[in-house]
Amino acid sequence: MASISFQKAQRWYPGADTPAVPGIDLEIEDGEFMVLVGPSGCGKSTTLRMLAGLEEVNSGHIFIGDRDVTKVPPKDRDIAMVFQNYALYPHMTVADNMAFALKMAKVPKDEQDRRVKDAARILGLEEYLDRKPKALSGGQRQRVAMGRAIVRNPQVFCMDEPLSNLDAKMRVHTRTDIAKLQRDLGVTTVYVTHDQVEAMTMGDRVAVMKLGELQQVDTPLNLYDKPANLFVAGFIGSPQMNLLEGVAANGAVELGGYAMPLGEAAPHAEGKVTVGIRPESWRIVAASEGGLAVVVTVVEELGADGFAYGTADLDGTAVDIIVRVGGREAVHKGETLHVVPEPSKVHVFDTATGERLS
Amino acid sequence: MCDAGGVRMNLATGPDPTDLLTLPWSVPLEEWPHEHLVSLPRGISRHVVRFATIGGTVYAVKEIAQETAQREYGLLRSLARAGIPVVEAVGVVSGRATPAGEPLDSALVTKHLRFSLPYRALFSRRLDHDLETKLLDALAELIVKLHLAGFAWGDCSLSNTLFRRDAGALSAYLVDAETGQLHPRLSDGQRDYDLELARTNLGGELLDLQGAGLLSASVDPITTAESVVDRYCRLWDELTRPQTISADEWDRIEQRLRRLNALGYDVSQIEVDEVEGRPEIFLQTQVVEAGHHRRRLQQLTGLDVGENQARRILNDLDTFRAQAVMPGTDVDEAEVARHWKSDVFEPVVALIGPELAAKLEPAEFYHEVLEHRWFLSEAAGRSVPLEKAARSYIDTVLRFRPDERAVLDPTLMGVGQVEAAEDS
Ligand SMILES: Nc1ncnc2c1ncn2[C@@H]1O[C@H](COP(=O)(O)OP(=O)(O)OP(=O)(O)O)[C@@H](O)[C@H]1O
Ligand SMILES: Nc1ncnc2c1ncn2[C@@H]1O[C@H](COP(=O)(O)OP(=O)(O)OP(=O)(O)O)[C@@H](O)[C@H]1O
Ligand SMILES: [Mg+2]
Ligand SMILES: [Mg+2]
Repeated sequence: MASISFQKAQRWYPGADTPAVPGIDLEIEDGEFMVLVGPSGCGKSTTLRMLAGLEEVNSGHIFIGDRDVTKVPPKDRDIAMVFQNYALYPHMTVADNMAFALKMAKVPKDEQDRRVKDAARILGLEEYLDRKPKALSGGQRQRVAMGRAIVRNPQVFCMDEPLSNLDAKMRVHTRTDIAKLQRDLGVTTVYVTHDQVEAMTMGDRVAVMKLGELQQVDTPLNLYDKPANLFVAGFIGSPQMNLLEGVAANGAVELGGYAMPLGEAAPHAEGKVTVGIRPESWRIVAASEGGLAVVVTVVEELGADGFAYGTADLDGTAVDIIVRVGGREAVHKGETLHVVPEPSKVHVFDTATGERLS
Repeated sequence: MCDAGGVRMNLATGPDPTDLLTLPWSVPLEEWPHEHLVSLPRGISRHVVRFATIGGTVYAVKEIAQETAQREYGLLRSLARAGIPVVEAVGVVSGRATPAGEPLDSALVTKHLRFSLPYRALFSRRLDHDLETKLLDALAELIVKLHLAGFAWGDCSLSNTLFRRDAGALSAYLVDAETGQLHPRLSDGQRDYDLELARTNLGGELLDLQGAGLLSASVDPITTAESVVDRYCRLWDELTRPQTISADEWDRIEQRLRRLNALGYDVSQIEVDEVEGRPEIFLQTQVVEAGHHRRRLQQLTGLDVGENQARRILNDLDTFRAQAVMPGTDVDEAEVARHWKSDVFEPVVALIGPELAAKLEPAEFYHEVLEHRWFLSEAAGRSVPLEKAARSYIDTVLRFRPDERAVLDPTLMGVGQVEAAEDS
């Protein structure tokens, strides 16, 4: 088991004009499940690959435990990289499917057997060890693939979008499987995904990246409740947080004729700000109570609740607004809703710098 | 772009979209009726892949998510443009739904690569005793070509490669580009990772073949899989290694270029730097395109064949020229090539006849005939005419070979990840 420390680790691809990762500082605790998330090209894979030793670190350092591994070759880092793609081989038993990487690494046979048995017990696959993969269900096949990584007994797991090839249902299923397994094993894990829902449901902590830079490293709950900047605010959460630009003065923001009170969030904010309201933080009020007028264009019913998608007119500009509506609240296309935010759930950001003010 | 009842087809120019529209897109691929399908062997895959035939053309259809399909389509097209041997991407069919309105995944459509052989077919009907070597050489060369083009494959395996006979050797084609990334240049780490994947996947696939009883007893799956890395490194070094030569050895630059051409590669750029304070020159060649012989033969004759086949045929063309042209006369190269094609190549190939046409590709047949003639001539102690050699080859060898245009082998039909175990 081991902690991980990135210290200004930089990666510059040969011939590129700018570094893919200019210098990342990140501390990962022993046994922690850390998810790196961000849009395509933000440097998640590069960061992971630096840790695994697959990408040269141009400057800075990486530690695993107390050991500086910056220049250590991949095979000596005691890391298992879980391949994005896996194939189960139809003519090999489940045990052989799990063990073949060990065989290739020339691990003695009795040691192979022991590790496969241990992994099978953890994965609930003991009774299938002598069977062929075709006897397994889809979920069990996924577990065999995980077994391949477990038998390597590493200090750290590195996983790069391991679920990207699965269909939606299997992805949700396997997501929980991996997260549970990681907690049972307690092996420090760094997991890369572009999917924020995956990140939020799996990670102990989540590191949000953009253009090679960390934006915020925090627990899923804190990322959701206290996004550090506009990028994180817009990236985390589905549907997206409503982000409305306006001018703050005297404890309120002027939004197309509606003065939204900033309350305790940022009572002294002045000038150009962006307020963030999550779809579930709106309250629908009577027209007489004021609030922001939203013309509903689409209603999405999800059963227990639903979302109304509409537009608000902010000084001549139509701005998209999403409002969560209770399943029993009858909201119709074409209707005008009046909404006000829950005072304690208003996020305020500096429009120019994107930084959180509240 | 073509729209029909909600189904959207983005097609490359070429196929007639109305052809593809006859396929039952509103049915999940797994349930397509047999009348549309042909059973051809496949590699191991996680997605549903089927071969459909329309008007004599066989298409491979793979059901995958819209974004993935679009991405893979784009990558296959880019690789093809860069002269890399890949399957031909035809289009993406999206917006599919069942009659009940249930949405279905998109489909990536590629052309079935004629005369291509999935590795399982090669092993189960082994015609070459040194199959493993040929296979690994072909795969290593494919990875080198991809890496030279800046493509990190991310899923190199035998299942994701197709093989075609190429003048006795094999040449490899990429089928599955789903996990790939294209960059101007790859880092060493990106290349190493691909090799690690290749080694691991090959190890698994060879062990699986062993499990199926298809591997020669003399072949060790693990050391064989490992050897792909050496094969790759040897070729990569040869193609990219910088060289220091002394200032009066300019002819060594030419030697190097000839050597690279002989290996089948063209050089786009030569960088010559003086080594400071020393009478030496630092030479760095930038190899770009594979297919040196192939392109040259195509320019001369219009024939589009494999690299080794082209090399072989160009030699034959040289011999023809030496015999046909009076020494000292100046005859246009292309002119000679035209004569060779109409007077030598085409008559020999025409001897195959329609009933044997599915056995071997014409260029491979021609290569085999040249080989056959050599053996006959050795045995007879004199030169045997080409036509006679061709007839003899057809009667004594070709007739007895299995068809390879589209391998129709009942024991291999529709081999997928799970079904395969049922065959054993
Ligand atoms: N060999 C290379 N040469 C130049 N740039 C590269 C190379 N490899 C990667 N990059 C660039 O580095 C940046 C970071 O890439 P990286 O793969 O780490 O991003 P990512 O966040 O993992 O994206 P994705 O989700 O698409 O995999 C991208 O802009 C990418 O294009
Ligand atoms: N154009 C083609 N010509 C011939 N064979 C093809 C073609 N396209 C696909 N195949 C066959 O179908 C098999 C599966 O295709 P492919 O590898 O694209 O599927 P996949 O589900 O993406 O695989 P993976 O599990 O590796 O991601 C290949 O191994 C190959 O044998
Ligand atoms: Mg594949
Ligand atoms: Mg694939």
